[in-house]
Amino acid sequence: MSRGSFTSVARALAWRNIHNWFTNPTLIVPSLLFPLFFFTAFAGGLSRVDSIPGFDYEANYTTWIYGFVLLQAATFGGVFTGFSVARDFESGFARRLMLGATNRGGIVAGYWLSALVRAAATITVVTVVALIAGLQVTGGGIDLIGLYVLAFLLNTVAMLFGTGVAMRLRTMQAGPLIQTPAFLLLFLAPVWLPYDLLTGWVHAAAAVNPLTLVLDTERGFLVGDPTKVLPAFLVVLLLIAVTVVWSRGGLRSAERAA
Amino acid sequence: MRQVLLLAQRSVIRTLRQPAMVFPSVFFPLLLLSINSSGLNSATRLPGFPADSYFQFAIAIPFIQGALFSAMSAGTNVANDIETGFLNRLSLTPLRRVALMLGQLTGILALGLIQAGTFLLVGIAFGDGLAAGPGGVPVLILLSLTISLAFGCIGAWVALRTGNGEAVQGVFPLFFAALFLSSMSLPRNLIETDWYRTVATYNPVSYMIEGIRSLFIAGWDGEALALGFACAGGVAAIAMVAASMALRTRMVRT
Repeated sequence: MSRGSFTSVARALAWRNIHNWFTNPTLIVPSLLFPLFFFTAFAGGLSRVDSIPGFDYEANYTTWIYGFVLLQAATFGGVFTGFSVARDFESGFARRLMLGATNRGGIVAGYWLSALVRAAATITVVTVVALIAGLQVTGGGIDLIGLYVLAFLLNTVAMLFGTGVAMRLRTMQAGPLIQTPAFLLLFLAPVWLPYDLLTGWVHAAAAVNPLTLVLDTERGFLVGDPTKVLPAFLVVLLLIAVTVVWSRGGLRSAERAA
Repeated sequence: MRQVLLLAQRSVIRTLRQPAMVFPSVFFPLLLLSINSSGLNSATRLPGFPADSYFQFAIAIPFIQGALFSAMSAGTNVANDIETGFLNRLSLTPLRRVALMLGQLTGILALGLIQAGTFLLVGIAFGDGLAAGPGGVPVLILLSLTISLAFGCIGAWVALRTGNGEAVQGVFPLFFAALFLSSMSLPRNLIETDWYRTVATYNPVSYMIEGIRSLFIAGWDGEALALGFACAGGVAAIAMVAASMALRTRMVRT
């Protein structure tokens, strides 16, 4: 397979998905609204909880919540791309694509590019709203690069996972199977309060949740005091390695069915 | 009357025989309750917080989330009846519009009853029970059903106005916003952000939540209950009239 066929398939598919996303209100509106709802509800409705003894984050509560919503927007950019894959299979488009594409790896790459663009658009909107609402970023340029690179790596994990599920099941009914694990991983991290202030089973779940580490690092980047940067990147890169294998398996499954 | 009962029976059977409609509307609110109550329990340390455990404070939320799912179910069912032509056939009968609407929404009330019973049992099993005592149970169920009816009528109105299920799904984020911009997470007097507190104060969903919450943590709070019933009943009445008018328009088109 030539490199040209790979990139042309990836580029064409990415363009189609990005175009569909930007021009179809039923796709773009929920993607933009849900992170904004969470941001507004948590940053506005719960801002008082930063006065609980033991809550010692260096910036305000809006910044604390932004760290979470950034990861949520990135993750759901990938999750919603998984939905697009499922929709393409259900409509029959993906089967025709499998027949026409000379390099099927380009199909996954195309969906990945569209997931990155979706996440970038959502993160931009959320960031603008957060800045208006009082986001306090004291991290430097390197911190900001780390912040967003980590978020986009997580977007890649979610996209690869969603694509793997969607290519195996090839129906929109795969939606809950794509969305629920992502949702649980996100919300079983220290979303509202620091890890030490969590109680009960969520405290135990957060201890083994890889996103706890990622979220802590993201919040550290925001205030220029990142912690456990290397472990956080290693965890996300490991997740990417696992989900690459998972999505390759999905692609093989779809190829057998095509 | 017999036709209304037949419609009601059909609506109940159709709703309850769809596990995909019943299960998420009970399971997801409970899952969120479990996560919230564990993740935010330290919020009870805030001066003036009205309960000793966040679970007891947050148990009111599933009742509203369940009602939001009811709205989607009601809207989807009505939209389905429009798309399949069932409503066209009904228009040939001498049924009154309000009776037809109530018959269509009976399934949602049955679903609301299942939700309220389940959430109440969970509240008793894992929390401190009802502060209002056993007498609070029928009041809680009645308020919960009124809220389900209110959101169900909104779902039906959207379906009748648009005639398709996709549009009903499209309004879900608006319902979600109404829930999020309320006193869901903290009591209004503890909300620090001014604009958010103002929105929550004007949002009828806040009073629905506070009405249910009062039965769990305060006992008999006449003001909270009166406001809860007034808001739920008011929204139900307005949405019912709107849905009935939309039904008339749709039947005229038929």
